[in-house]
Formats: sequence, structure tokens, C-alpha cells
Amino acid sequence: MTQNRIMDHPVLGTLKDLKQVTFSFDGKTYTGFEGDTIASALLANGIRQLRLHEETGAPRAIYCNIGHCFECRVTVNEVQGIRACMTPIKDNLSIESGKLQAAPFKAPPNEWPRTYAEFEEQNKEAKNGESHV
Amino acid sequence: MYDVVIIGAGPAGLSAAIACRESDLNVIVIDEFPKAGGRLLGQLHQEPNGEWWNGIKETQLLLDKATELHTEIKCEVSAHHIEHLEKGYAIHTSIGILVTANLLIATGAAETAAPIPGWTLPGVMSIGAAQVMTNVHRVRVGNKGIVVGVNVLSAAIARELQIAGIELHSMALPVSNPVTQNHANPKKVMEGLVRIAHLAPSAFLRFGSKFAKAEWVRNTAVRFYPKGGVKMWGMPIHIRKAITQINGTEKVESVTMCDLTPDGKVIKGSDKIIPVDFVCIAGGLYPLTELASVAGCPFQYIEELGGHVPIHNELMETPVKGIYVAGNITGIESAKVAREQGTLAGYSIAKNKTKTLQALNDVKSTRASASIQFHPEIVEGRNKVHTAFKTYVDNL
Repeated sequence: MTQNRIMDHPVLGTLKDLKQVTFSFDGKTYTGFEGDTIASALLANGIRQLRLHEETGAPRAIYCNIGHCFECRVTVNEVQGIRACMTPIKDNLSIESGKLQAAPFKAPPNEWPRTYAEFEEQNKEAKNGESHV
Repeated sequence: MYDVVIIGAGPAGLSAAIACRESDLNVIVIDEFPKAGGRLLGQLHQEPNGEWWNGIKETQLLLDKATELHTEIKCEVSAHHIEHLEKGYAIHTSIGILVTANLLIATGAAETAAPIPGWTLPGVMSIGAAQVMTNVHRVRVGNKGIVVGVNVLSAAIARELQIAGIELHSMALPVSNPVTQNHANPKKVMEGLVRIAHLAPSAFLRFGSKFAKAEWVRNTAVRFYPKGGVKMWGMPIHIRKAITQINGTEKVESVTMCDLTPDGKVIKGSDKIIPVDFVCIAGGLYPLTELASVAGCPFQYIEELGGHVPIHNELMETPVKGIYVAGNITGIESAKVAREQGTLAGYSIAKNKTKTLQALNDVKSTRASASIQFHPEIVEGRNKVHTAFKTYVDNL
């Protein structure tokens, strides 16, 4: 966890009296320091990617780090849409990255499935995890 | 019911709270971030006199004073709506509704995006994001990066990254597109660069800044800008090179850099791939004004102040009764000016005439002696907004 830490800083000094906290991200256990945000604790562990774009599946991470852009939204203790950059890390937090969502209405309306059977028929070629499933 | 709700616990909000508490007003300061201090927290630079400006220490000084005066400060609280009551305001927040007679909006600034292809990849972040990670959280944003966008803010933060031991390849411009505009124009960027020359140990820039008031000198400097860039603290600053694309599949792997003509046009065939694992985009700051807008404050676009600002007078009052503004929401300036503006707003709310006048002078003298100026015509911009206030009130 200290691999990406700036423990010694020539002007700001050495970090000391740090309290460790343990949390999980996508089921794996990590440690951070008290005072970290979710975003900083994850980055300290070398984790940049916080979510997949809901529709395209493109990987996303922090952008503004001041709570304005919402690019860092994650699910925390089953609450969706929490900003990783504004939320302090705490012991036992369970954090889930944002996932790709089904997008059955991406097609023009005349191609929308009218029944679930039609939806399944249209997507029988698609693999699990693809956006039309 | 509060006498004052202050939104934003940065240098402006905290100083205002202190001034209000000195006058025994019932005050609460709220802020979204888990720590008070706002963007002051991340600041770290050496003043021309050699002293370090350490944002964490400066914040602590303000917090100590506020604590001494029993000031209520609540972090991790977001404000999302302001409702007008018959008397005062209802501030809708993530901890419920706060009812107050007066409201001070000190929300600061945000960074203008300078989007270029590939900017949504993990590893691309605003320059301010890198500042907070480095100086506040003490986390390395990567092993080797590049800064896209050359301006006062990005130069200062690039230096901070360097001090923390993080390697930067260079600073260069974003490729020109309808959004990046002036940030991608070498001549416009040169104008900004000469204003920060006194802060950097670069002979070229210091020499240039002496003569740079004349446009032809700046244009000549752009035409004959060194191929290897001008070095500030050993790091090349390029204004004749642009990043045209950020490359990678799961995260940043490299950037594509091209040479530019003096007018900012990409020179074909000059592409170079530079391996990096992070990219900082720096499009400059703009006042963060949504809440003033929701509250019904009238606005004016003032370029010198960094964008649309809520109209206000010298005493930080908006034309909406009981609503005040202070800090970067009123225009982009240094944290020192924001701090003095906060004190001024606080005394202004407390209707302490003597101290208000003193604070007004402090704002002006701090502005005049600022070592970092975000816009050379800041005083002109301030006059414009005060005139706009007068015109607005006269026409009511």
C-alpha cells in the first residue's frame, strides 16, 4: 500500500502516526490510511480504474478530484453514485466499481424488442457482459 | 436559525467565519470535502523572498483561530439548493435544511476542461487533482507524466509535483479544437508565461518578461521559441508543441506530441510518441457559481475575473438581500486575496463599519503585492463588476 505513497517530502515532512484502515474493492481486501479518500486509498494501492462507462464499457477513473465531475462514482456499502474523491475511507467499507449496464433501448425505437422473448432472440449472439445483454 | 451560513471552508469561507464570530454572530461553515481548507490545502510554493507558502500550515492557522472562537464547521456536507424564505434563506444540504438570515457563498473555483482525444482514460486528470493527491493525500499519481496546458496554475503545480519527486516529461499545449481555443494558441500562452517568469529561474523568460509588454516582442519570442523548450526548474516548457492524442486501452500508455506553427497549427509528420503513465490537463480556473445562480444572483461575464461571476459590490454584497460572495467565486485570484475577501465579507455581514473599511484596504494591498497574478487586468475586472452592481441596483 505504500508503493505509491510519498512518505518523505522535502518541504511537507515525513508522514507519521498513520492509522491503517482495511476495506474491500470488488471483493478484494486493501489497506489505506485514515484521512484518505476512497480515491486516494485506491490509487495508493495502484488502482486507477474505478468504473466502466455504463453504456460503452470504457474504463474511467478520477478526473477533477474535487467532487465536480462525478467521473469517480462508485458503489459504497450498496449505495450507488458515491464520489470516491469526496468520501473518506473507513474500516470495513465495501466498495464496488461501476459496471457496464444493459442498454436494450440503444437501437432505434422500431427495432426495440416488444417482448422478453424477442429481446433474448435479438441478443443470443452477445456474450455475457456486453452492453446489449 | 443561523445569522450566517457559509458555503465553502476554503480561505475565504474560514476567514469570513472568523470575522463573523468575532462579532458574535451565530455561524455555520459547510464544505463537501472531508477536510477544511479548500484548495488552499494543496498549495505549496516558494515566494520570491524565499519563504515557503504551505497551504496545510496556512489552513491550520485559520482553523486554530476559528476553533478559538467556537466556530461550527461541518465537512462532508453538500449544498444543492437555496430557497428564498420570507425572511432569510433555507439552504438544502445533505444533512437537511439550514435556515439562515444571511448567506455567504464561498465555493471557490473549478478547472476548465481542455479535452483532447483519449482524455477519459484512467491516468488522465486535471492538474488540480494531481495537486491534491500529491500534497494532501501524499499519493503518487504515477511514475512519469506530462502536463497539457501551460498557464500560471499548471506551472505552479508542475513544480509541486517535481518537489514531491514525481517525474514530468515536459509541459506542452493541448491540440487546438473548438474547446481548447486560447489554451492551444502559442501567442496567447506566451502572454501568460511571461507573467510568471519572475517566479522561475529561467533566464530566457526573465529576459523576455522585461520586454514582453510589446506584442512584437512576444510574437518574436514565439517564432524563435527554442526547439527543446524553455526550461523552468530543469523541466522543458513547450509552447510550439501540442499533445494531439492520449493513447492507451485500459489506461494511459503514451501521448502523441506534434510540432506547431507560431499560429498553433499542427505541422504534419512531426508526430512523436512519448511514453507516460499519467497526464495532467490544465485549462485554467473559472469561478464555481452554480449556487449563486440557483439563489437568483445576477451575473456578468468578465474575462479578467475568469468567467461569469455573480455581480457584487466592494463590500462583497450581491444585489440579492443577505447574500454575499467571497473568494474565487468573485474572480480568480490567489488564496491570499481570497482570505482577505473573506474577512471583508465577514465584517460586512456583521455591519462592523470600521473593520469593514480596514478589510477593504487589506484586500487592495494584498492584491497589489500578489506574487501570482492570474490575469494582468484584475483591477480592471474588479471595477467592471462593481460598476455592474451599481448599474443593476440603480435600475431596480
